[in-house]
Amino acid sequence: MRRVLVLFAHPVLERSRVNRRMLGAIRDLEGVTIHDLYEAYPTLGIDVAREQELLLEHDVFVFQHPFYWYSTPAILKEWQDLVLEHGWAYGEGGTKLRGKITFNAISTGGPATAYRRDGYNRFTVRELIAPYEQTAHLCGMRFLAPFVVHAALHVVGDDDLGARRDGYRRLIEALRDERIDLDRAERAQNLADELDDLFHAQVVA
Amino acid sequence: MTGGVLAMVLVYLASAVIFVPLAKRLGLGAVLGYLVAGVAIGPWVLGLVGDEGHDVTHFAEFGVPVMLFLVGLELRPALLWQLRRPIFGLGGAQVVGTAAAVAGAAMLLGVPWKAAVAVGLIFSASSTAIVLATLSERGLLKTNGGQASFSVLLFQDIAVVPIFAVFPLLATRTPEPVAAAAATGEAGRPAWLSALFVLGAVAGVIAIGRLVVRPMFQFLASVKVRESFTAAALLIVVAIAYLMDLVDLSAALGTFLAGVVLADSEYRHELETDLEPFKGLLLGLFFISIGAQIDFGLILREPVLIGAIVLATMAGKLAVIYVLGRLFGLDRPARWLLAFALAQIGEFAFVLLTQGQKDHIFSPQFAAPLVAAVALSMALTPLVFILLERYVLPRVTDRDAVRPQDEVLDDGTPVVIAGYGRFGQMVGRILRANRIPVTILDLDPEMVDVVRRLGVKVYYGDASRVDLLHAAGCEHAKLFVVAVDDKDEATKIVENVRHHFPHLKIVARCRDRLHYWELRKLGCIRVFRETFGSAYEAGIESLIQIGYRSYTAHRLARRWRDHEERTLEELGQHWGTQSYFAQARARMDEAERLMRDEDPRVYQDRDAAWDNEELRADRAAEGAADAPKVEPS
Repeated sequence: MRRVLVLFAHPVLERSRVNRRMLGAIRDLEGVTIHDLYEAYPTLGIDVAREQELLLEHDVFVFQHPFYWYSTPAILKEWQDLVLEHGWAYGEGGTKLRGKITFNAISTGGPATAYRRDGYNRFTVRELIAPYEQTAHLCGMRFLAPFVVHAALHVVGDDDLGARRDGYRRLIEALRDERIDLDRAERAQNLADELDDLFHAQVVA
Repeated sequence: MTGGVLAMVLVYLASAVIFVPLAKRLGLGAVLGYLVAGVAIGPWVLGLVGDEGHDVTHFAEFGVPVMLFLVGLELRPALLWQLRRPIFGLGGAQVVGTAAAVAGAAMLLGVPWKAAVAVGLIFSASSTAIVLATLSERGLLKTNGGQASFSVLLFQDIAVVPIFAVFPLLATRTPEPVAAAAATGEAGRPAWLSALFVLGAVAGVIAIGRLVVRPMFQFLASVKVRESFTAAALLIVVAIAYLMDLVDLSAALGTFLAGVVLADSEYRHELETDLEPFKGLLLGLFFISIGAQIDFGLILREPVLIGAIVLATMAGKLAVIYVLGRLFGLDRPARWLLAFALAQIGEFAFVLLTQGQKDHIFSPQFAAPLVAAVALSMALTPLVFILLERYVLPRVTDRDAVRPQDEVLDDGTPVVIAGYGRFGQMVGRILRANRIPVTILDLDPEMVDVVRRLGVKVYYGDASRVDLLHAAGCEHAKLFVVAVDDKDEATKIVENVRHHFPHLKIVARCRDRLHYWELRKLGCIRVFRETFGSAYEAGIESLIQIGYRSYTAHRLARRWRDHEERTLEELGQHWGTQSYFAQARARMDEAERLMRDEDPRVYQDRDAAWDNEELRADRAAEGAADAPKVEPS
C-alpha cells in the first residue's frame, strides 16, 4: 500500500466549487493525508523540516490546486523553492524523493477545448505544467499526467461534478492500492478522461 | 437603628468619595485624603461622627491583616528567606535602638524608668497600614528602601509578642493576680507554654494553608457560586486572625504567614481579586477613623507639649533608623526612604497605651497626650512622604552616588536601544538573533542585573541624558530604538536624540494615538503603538476561531492594518480641529467598505477571470463560434 499526500493550495477555498468537493471525496480515505498549505502557512512562512518529513512519510504526492495563470497559486511555488533543497531532493546526495510518484490535480476556469493548439490557450494543460514534470524528473520521481477538471466555474450540475468527484476518489484509492498502470498514466493527457484505461487488467476484471 | 448605621455608612463613604480624589488631584495621595476626610467628619470639624469612632477603628483595623495576607501572597517562601537579614538584623536593631533612644530621652525628662521603657517599646513600632499603603501607592514598595521598610515592619509585628510579655513586668504596683490574669492571658501562663502555643499557632497556619484551603476551594469551584469564593477567602483571613488572637500573636503576622504559604497555590490569583476590595475599603475606613479620633481639644490645650513629643519622637526615630540603615549597608536614597517612612508611631501604640494603663505602668493622664501624639504622627506621615519625595530624594538621589551610571563603551554598535523591558527585549532579541550588536540602556537596576546574568550586555543609565547618549556611541550608530514605557520619558529621549544626533533614525514605542502623533512630529521614522501588534494578532485569531480560513483572515487583517496605519497618519493632521471626529468616523466607514470589497466572492471571481471565457471581452466580441457552451444550471 502506498501512502498518499495531497498538497492542497487554494487561497479562497470558501468560494471554491470544485476543489471543496474534490477534497471532500477523498477526505475519509485511509492512508491519504490532506495538507492544506494556505491554512497551515497563512503568511507563507513554510516549515521546511516539517514538509520534508511529510514527504519522507509518503509515496505519492498530489498537488491539488486551481489553475492560476497557467500555473499554481503562489504558495506552491514558495513550497517548491524552499522544500526541494539541493542535496536533499536533487543534486549531490539529493536522493530522498527518488522513486516517489507525483501528479497535479487541477481545476481550470476554461473548458477543455480552450486547452488545445487551436483553443484560445494554445497549449494543453500537460504542456503548460512542464516545469512540474521537469522538477519531478530532476528529483527522480515518476510524473503522471494531470487530473484536470475543466470549466470549474460552470461545473455546477450535480451529475457532472459527481462523476469527477468519484473519478478522483477512485484514482487516489487505486494509486494507494497499487492498482494503477503507472506507465500508461505517465503517457496520458488527462487522468480524468482516461481513468478506466489505467487500471490493471486483472483488477478491473 | 438601621437608619443610624446607614447614616454612618453614608457619612464615611461620602467623605471618602469627596476627599480622596481631591487629595489625589493635589498630589497628596489617597492615604492623606482618608485622614483629612476623617478629620472633617470628626467631632472637631463637622461633628458627624463621635464616640463610635473607636469601634470603627477596631473593626477597620482588620484591613491590616487583610493587607498583609495580600502582601504575603506576593512573596514566595524563597523570597522571604532572602529577606531574613533585613528582617531580623535591621528590624531587630531598629526596635531595640529606637526603644532605647526613646526610653533614654524620657528618663532624662524625669519619667520613671519603667514607664520610660514601656513608652520606648510602644514608640518603636511604626504604622504598617500607613507605610505599606503609602509605599505601594507611590510605587516605592519594590525599591531597596521599600523592601527594607517592609522587612522592618514585619519584624515589628513579630516583636509585638515579647513586648506584650514584658509589659506586666514593668508594672509599678503589683497587680491583683485575678485582674492581671484577666487583663492579659499571657501573664498567667508559663513561658514555655506560651512558646508552645505560638509554635502550635504557626503550625496551624501552615496546616490551614497547605491542607484546608486547596480542597475547600476545589469544592467551591465545583459548586460554582461566585460569592462563596469571596466568603471563603475572607473566612481564611478571619480564621487565622482569630487563631492568632487566641495565642496573643499579631493577627497581621499570622495572615502574612498564611499568604506566604499560599503564594505558590493555584488559587493565589482568586484570593487576590476577592480580597483586594476589602483591603482597600477597610484600610480607607481605618485611616478615616484615625483622622476622626485626633483629639484636637487636647492638642489645642497642650500644643507645645504634644508638638514637642511628635517632633522629637519623629526626629529621633528618623535619626536612629537612618544610622542603622547606614550600618546595614543600604544605599543613600534607600536609607532616607527607610528613615522617613518609619518615623511615625504605629497604630499598635493605641493598643499598647491602653494595655500599659491596665498594667499600671503609667496613668491615663500620662497616656492621653501620647495617644494624641501617635495619631498626629500618623496623620503627618503622608506629608512626610511628600517632603521626602519632593525635597529629600531628588537631592540624595545623586544617581552617580547611588549606582554609578555604567561606563558605556562605544564599540561602534549600529543600534542603541533605550529601555529593556517587555518591549525592548523583544526588539533586542530579534536583532541579537541576527547577530546585530546592540547597545542597551535601562534605568531599572534589577532588570539590568537579571538581563546581564543572561549574558546580554545592558548598561544602567538614563537614556534621556545627553552625556550618556554620547557615551553609548550615538555618533556612530545608525538606529535608535526608544522602547521605554513611560510616555514623557520617551518623548524626552526622542527630543534629545533628534537634537543632538540628527543623523540617527529613530524607531519608537508609543502609548496611544496622541503620543504617536507627538513622536512622529518630533521626527521618528516609525512609531509603534505598544499593544497594537498583539491586538492585531488577536484580531486575526478571532476571525479564524469563528470560522474564517487562516489565509483569508490574515489577508483581511493585513488590508485593514494598512488602512488603519494610513488613516492614523492622516488623522494626525485633524487632531484638535472640529473636523477630527467626522474624519475619524468617515475613515471607519471606509475600512468597512474596504472589507466588503475584499469579500472572498469578489476575490474569487476576480482572480479566476483570466481563465473564464465568458468574462473575456475578446471572446465575447468574436462571437465565440467554436467555444463549447457550458451552461450554468
